[in-house]
Formats: sequence, C-alpha cells, structure tokens
Amino acid sequence: MTMMTGAEIVIRCLQEEKVEYVFGYPGGAVLHIYDALFKQDQVKHILVRHEQAAVHAADGLARSSNKVGVALVTSGPGATNAVTGIATAYMDSIPVVIISGQVPNAYIGQDAFQECDTVGITRPCVKHNFLVNDVHKLALTLKKAFYIANSGRPGPVVVDIPKDVTAAKCKFEYPESIQMRSYNPVVKGHLGQIRKAVHLLLEARRPMIYTGGGVILANGAEQLTRLVRRLGFPITNTLMGLGAYPATDPQFLGMPGMHGTVEANLAMQHCDVLLAIGARFDDRVIGNPDNFASIPRKIIHIDIDPSSISKRVKVDVPIVGNVPDVLEEMLRLLDAGNAAPDAQALAAWWKEIEAWRARQCMKYARKKNVIMPQYVIEKLYEVTAGKAIVTSDVGQHQMWAAQYYKFDEPRRWINSGGLGTMGVGLPYAMGAALQHPHMPIVCVTGEGSIQMCIQELSTAKQFRLPIKIINLNNRYLGMVRQWQEMFYGSRYSESYMDSLPDFVRLAEAYGHVGIRVERPEEVEPALRKAFTDHKDDLVFMDFITDQKANVFPMVAAGKGLADMILTEDL
Amino acid sequence: MRHIISILLENEAGALSRVAGLFSARAYNIETLTVAPTEDVSLSRLTIVTTGTDAVIEQITKQLNKLIDVIKVVDLSEAAHIERELMLIKVRATGKDREELKRLADIFRGHIIDVTESTYVIELTASGAKLDSFIQAIDAGLILETVRTGVCGIGRGERILKV
Repeated sequence: MTMMTGAEIVIRCLQEEKVEYVFGYPGGAVLHIYDALFKQDQVKHILVRHEQAAVHAADGLARSSNKVGVALVTSGPGATNAVTGIATAYMDSIPVVIISGQVPNAYIGQDAFQECDTVGITRPCVKHNFLVNDVHKLALTLKKAFYIANSGRPGPVVVDIPKDVTAAKCKFEYPESIQMRSYNPVVKGHLGQIRKAVHLLLEARRPMIYTGGGVILANGAEQLTRLVRRLGFPITNTLMGLGAYPATDPQFLGMPGMHGTVEANLAMQHCDVLLAIGARFDDRVIGNPDNFASIPRKIIHIDIDPSSISKRVKVDVPIVGNVPDVLEEMLRLLDAGNAAPDAQALAAWWKEIEAWRARQCMKYARKKNVIMPQYVIEKLYEVTAGKAIVTSDVGQHQMWAAQYYKFDEPRRWINSGGLGTMGVGLPYAMGAALQHPHMPIVCVTGEGSIQMCIQELSTAKQFRLPIKIINLNNRYLGMVRQWQEMFYGSRYSESYMDSLPDFVRLAEAYGHVGIRVERPEEVEPALRKAFTDHKDDLVFMDFITDQKANVFPMVAAGKGLADMILTEDL
Repeated sequence: MRHIISILLENEAGALSRVAGLFSARAYNIETLTVAPTEDVSLSRLTIVTTGTDAVIEQITKQLNKLIDVIKVVDLSEAAHIERELMLIKVRATGKDREELKRLADIFRGHIIDVTESTYVIELTASGAKLDSFIQAIDAGLILETVRTGVCGIGRGERILKV
C-alpha cells in the first residue's frame, strides 16, 4: 500500500464519496489540500468569491439533489465566514460536509496567524464536528463525517484539519461502512404506534395532513402522495415542505402559517386529527402554541428526530422513524384492513374547507402602471411551465415565490426557512445549476438580499451558470417595511434602500445580461426573452415593482392561526 | 422538579463542552455537573443535576441523546437511586468552636482531614441536601471556604447504566 499525504487522503476520500463538486476558497492552511486538488481532475473545484457562498452553494446542491454538499475553506476568517452558511444548513437539516484548514497542531492555542477555534465556534450550529490531530485518523473521520451528515436527521458536519496533518503521510484505508456505538439513527417506526395512528386517521371526522421539510429530505414525496390520495384528506406543506405534494392538486390547501392560506390555517386550527410528518410545529407555522393547543385535536407526529416530537406542541401518537418507511407501513395497514374513512364526515369537512377556499385569500389588486410583485411570480410560473428549480432569498419576495409558484415536485423550491438567511439565493442557484445543468434555474430575490452575496455574479460567470435572477426591486427592505407599516406606525426606520446600484449595468460589468422591466405589460415578454434568447446566459432581471405591496394573509407574531389579516380587511 | 441525569459519553476531546453548550444554548439549568472516565477509559460518565417541568426534562434527555458523542442517557431520579456529593469545607476553628465543630462533623459522619491552630478542613460525603444542612448547622461566620464536587449518582440494585 502506498503512503499518501493527508492532503491526498482528503481528496481521495472525496473521490470515494463520489463528490463531483467542492465549493471553496484557498488560503494558507489549506494550501496542501489545494495542491492535491490540482493534481487530479475527478473532483471539480468551484471557486466562490466569499466563503459564506461556498457553504450556501454546497447546501443548494444538496437541497436540489440527494447528495452531500462539500465546502472547503481555510482557517480563521475562512472558517468564520463559513459560519452563516453552516448555521443556515443546520437549521434546515441539510447534509453538508465542511472541510476547514487549521493552523499546525503545534501552533494551536498560540494565537497564530489566521487561527480561530473553529470547532468551538461551529459547535452549536453543526450536527457534529471534528478536529483531526493525527493523519492516521483522517480517512476514518471523513468517512464518519459523510455518514453522520447524511443519515438520521441530516445536518452539516465540520472537519477541521491542522496544516501539518495534511503534510504528514500514512497508508490510506477507507472503510466500506461504519458502525458507531454512540450513533444509531432509527429507521423503522414502532408498529404498534403506526397501527394506533392509522386507527385514529380512519376515525377522524375533520382530518388534516401537515408536512414539512423532513418529507423532502427523506425522499418521501411519492409515499406521501399515495397516502394522501388513498385517504382523500386535505394536505398542507410548510415553506420547507413545498413540492412534497403536488401544489396543483385539489387536495392541496396551500402553505400554512404566518403567510399561509385561509383554508390551510383554518383546517390546521379546526381539524380533529392532525397528521404531522417531518415537520416541527415552528412558530412561523402554528403561530402562538398556547392558542394552537387551546383547541382539542389529536396529533400524530412522524419524525426521524425524537427531539422534534412534543417540543412545542404535545403530541398524542409519536412515531419515530424514517418517513417513507413509516408511510409505506401505514399504506400497507390501510390496504390490509381494507378500511376507509367516514365518507359522509369527510364530505362535510371538505364542504367547510371549500367555503374557506372560496374566499380566495391570494387575490391581489393589479395596477395599470405599476408591476405587482405577485404578478411577476405568476408569469414566471407560466413561462417556466412550473418546471424550474426556484431558489429564493429571504423577505417578501420569498413569501410571494412560495405562495404563487406552484411546486408539483420535491427539491424544486430551495430557500432558507429556518435561519432566514438573506443572501442565500444566488449561491443556492449556483449549487442547483451545477447539479442540474439542463434545468431552468431561477433565483427570486430582492434588491436587499441580492446585495448580500452579489459578488457571486463573478463565480457564475467563471463557471457559466445560466441562472435567471428575478429581482423584485421595490426600493425597500420589504418585509421590514411591512412590519413597520403594520406594527410601528409606518415609521420606516432604515428600511428604505437608497443609492441602489444600476443592476443592469452591474450585471453587464460582471459579463452577464441585464434587463430592466418597469411596466406590467413588459413582464411576460421579458421573461420569455430571458428563457429563450438568453437560455444559456445568466440574466439579471430587475423588476421595478410596487413599493408598498404587502404579503397577505398574515398572522402577526404571537397570534393564533385563525387570527389572519387579509387583503380584504384593509 | 429536581432531576439527576446520568450520561455515558465517548471520552473524546470536546465531548463535555458539547453537553455544557447544549444546556446554555437551550436555556436549561445546570445545578451541578460532574464528569470523569469510567473503568473503560474510552467512556466518561457525566452526572447533571437540573430542574425543569416534565416537558423540559423530556426535551433535555432527547437533546442529549441527539449529541453524537452521547451513548446513553438516564434520568436517575425516575426510580430508586443513590446520590452522593463530596464537600471539603474550611472553617475557623479556635477556642470553644474547635470542640463544637468536631462534634458536628462527627454527627454528620464527616472527617477532619486538615488541622492547624486556627482552622479545620472537614470532608463530608452525603446527599446534596445533607451537605446543605451541614452548612446551615455551622455558624456562617466560621466558614472560610467550601468546595463541592457536585452530585454523582447510581441506580439501585439491577438498574445498571452500561454500553
């Protein structure tokens, strides 16, 4: 067996894990690794312009596929810049392995140049992290990192490698599989509990199914769709769960929560049996937990992470397990028992829901001379025939994209739901574009968010990523402005975006195509042009939209789900 | 409610800070925390005394189990168990107090392990509550220094925490 350096081992492990793309930025502590990277061509390196974007892009690649994203950063500022990306991935349980350089072992703790306690800094926002102080442990640690990142409830794993470890040599051995006595994620759900759940679902008179990002992460969309159709129950997908069930299907009630539909929120609130799958009863989804709990209903909760169960809301039937496995088991029991829900009760419940739906809470007033942001998303949906991968940043545009683009398939909608990180949209689109070179990739953003990672326009140029950027430019930090209008007496403290760049010329300066769209009738032709004439270009579309459009419906923070503010109320 | 949570974890660098960090990040209480390797040096045993409602304690055990380095978690206070804590207490021991302190140490089954003309160091092993009563029993003005290890605990009989 030949001796390899630590740096060569790192690259070899990435090859063994079939990693196609590494997003990174070189620096002193990772120079050996970059040298090893240079000497091979199996693993392709994508040079970002800021380490935060490296992690976001790796995260975007993971979200759009079923793979582990990989980022490579140097010590000190390289690692601290990566932290926002790591925390973002952590909050949404995305499998990412982040390899960071560290100062040599002998320098650790000496306040060396570009030294920071990476393991300490990242500890609260990783699934796990390692400091590899010996080259002999390197391959096994990387194996563990990939295994931990992508099993159980996924999450980011940081592997911090001192520079001397990447220079030291040892024999390379990569284990096929791995056993850890302290980490054994559950897969199969408890059969007795599943039976109880099925029984409860069949007895329900006002059932509701509510699913989150967990269904997408576990690749359970297909089983979910079969179960929902089999039962004929209404279903809602959270912001993180959109696409798990086809949004164009009549059983789909839209998104729940702070900016959810009337029908989804009222069905959540008034159901008698709630089946929650891979969701965590987030404050943006159920509003005030005391209000939510004040209405009696039975809750079944399927999740791979026991700590998500009964965390914010007390659950009656907890089922810990892998979503597709548990759903298959439920389907099997339903088929075996040949039982069906009470058709009469279900019809009455649907009648009630249809009355809520008839209020058409997503309707908004068009304006003759001003582009409404919702309209841009509706047209985007039409022009792309609902087939694009859509990433978003964070704010009003994110909510409008989630509300008006109908996702029929999983892993098509990519956004930062948990941490709510502005700036993710463009790097997410980069990761998705590399992973899916033949799909249309759209980044819906705003003039505030896009400027938080704008430097990545350069990366997109270097790697010819034909992303379509939909900039909903209202010259305000829209969501902040909306809250200030509603809750702070319209005192728009620091939410007006002054001195904005000319985005068209900015895009052109980076070597891309820029299009400004100012009138409603120009929206559709401009979009068509971007997706046909400029199919292979990155197109930055700057839509000058209505300045004061608000996202509705809205459940104010701390209020109950039924307490919605609607456009019609204003 | 007060709970004693016992944890078996990998004896790895940083494992303790993962546990301590979890408690601070999620705003859980730590009253005491003790940790040391077990007879198997690859394993550490950690005991935490914490307080919280049933829901909070349930979350604490679940969150602890989620840590990759944690192998097993048990809430000792759920069933029959023994708890002990060691205290070393240095007291001003002069004049008639010397005799009185000696007597008190005997009553609590403590030992005087250091003697000077003006001080005693008393060693006492008992439940946390008993150590508290000992401190209460001494004139506060005589106490120079106290150091306590924090609680360690073990289940009674066949209740065994092992890998």
